[in-house]
Amino acid sequence: MSKVYTDAKAALAGVLKDGMTIMAGGFGLCGVAETLVEAIREAGVKDLTVISNNAGVDGIHLGKLLETRQIKKMISSYVGENKLFAQQYLSGELELEFNPQGTLAERIRAGGAGIPAFFTATGVGTLVSEGKEIREFPNDPHFKGRKYVMETGLWADVALVHAWKGDAEGNLVYRKTARNFNPMMATAATVTIAEVEHLFPAGEIDPDHIHTPGIYVKRLVHVPNAAKRIENRTTRPHPAPQH
Amino acid sequence: MAWSREEMAARAAKELQDGFYVNLGIGIPTLVSNFIPHGMSVQLQSENGMMGMGPFPYEGEEDPDLINAGKQTVTELPTTSYFSSADSFAMIRGGHIDLSILGAMQVAQNGDLANWMIPGKMVKGMGGAMDLVAGVKKVVVVMEHEAKGESKLLKACTLPLTGAGVVDMVVTDLGVFSIDRNGKEPMRLLELAPSVTLDEITSKTEADFVSAL
Repeated sequence: MSKVYTDAKAALAGVLKDGMTIMAGGFGLCGVAETLVEAIREAGVKDLTVISNNAGVDGIHLGKLLETRQIKKMISSYVGENKLFAQQYLSGELELEFNPQGTLAERIRAGGAGIPAFFTATGVGTLVSEGKEIREFPNDPHFKGRKYVMETGLWADVALVHAWKGDAEGNLVYRKTARNFNPMMATAATVTIAEVEHLFPAGEIDPDHIHTPGIYVKRLVHVPNAAKRIENRTTRPHPAPQH
Repeated sequence: MAWSREEMAARAAKELQDGFYVNLGIGIPTLVSNFIPHGMSVQLQSENGMMGMGPFPYEGEEDPDLINAGKQTVTELPTTSYFSSADSFAMIRGGHIDLSILGAMQVAQNGDLANWMIPGKMVKGMGGAMDLVAGVKKVVVVMEHEAKGESKLLKACTLPLTGAGVVDMVVTDLGVFSIDRNGKEPMRLLELAPSVTLDEITSKTEADFVSAL
């Protein structure tokens, strides 16, 4: 059974339905599965709950699913760069659940590892902990003396991840800060679909270098020409030539 | 004269120590990286998954796969490592980062910090701020002393909190304060900016403090 599909549409066939929960990897526009998200727009499924650190920017990546009003709810840590998002949220069309970024990452990691809940100090005494179970661990030498809030693991129907390299077995390697949320999301969905910039036959990626083992990846699509965008281009001038 | 943004960053940089692992927030805190003393080893963490953050790239050498938490293009150093968001926040929440320097809307005399939302306005989200203040060993806030003529150093925060009892030090354009996050000691005024008087800073500070000048 081959995991490699001819294109994003084929890779998504049979797994999409209205009302489903989708995890989308990436930080800002870095390491996002933009080709797969574009195919979701074309498929037209709606009432989606999307778990993603950010919500894309206007007209790009998840911003496109906002344009078509396919997203019902976002679970994110920061949604700053998106006017359409603000508009839909303020008009009540879009539901939003803010999670601290580390809590979001850990909820996904926990979900993928079969852990239904965990306790963290992050968010205690803030709006984030309201209505949630608070516990202390007075007998633990390391954790005594602080309050901790219970957070739950997350699981999705589909996870969309972007990797630099992948092989036919589904083993993945990410590049630099494009790794971000992709490795955890790959572990926390019923069907994980990876788009990879470079596709290799099994055996050509050094097993010691693999970040995501292929067991987590059900489907793969090769995206050799994926758009890679820069949100804030910051540079310094070249040093003056030495004489 | 009150301190400029650069001078506030330079003052915050005095909290750096050799061997520190540090996370800098967006705005004035980012400027702290310009004031790391020569010969001191300080590794900067970027919470999107990088330790050992280098300067902005030369024009034409930007890499879309290499950004900081402000989504700005950066470069790597010989010490750089990359990791997932879960590993990044394990570093932060597990108490492995020595120092976090970040901005604020309000700080209270008990160490409460508000810097992520204003009710009734569009909220962008807390990003990693709640994790940083809950997990990093020492938290230094760098901010203007006042906003629109109102003190930002308060008896109690009026905005929703980012963290309760989390701030250890506040550097403003007028001076430097220390806070005992356990609430056992009062907030202390440690330093004044040049030509700022005790009377002036007292009149512009709603919070209670004792002078340790």
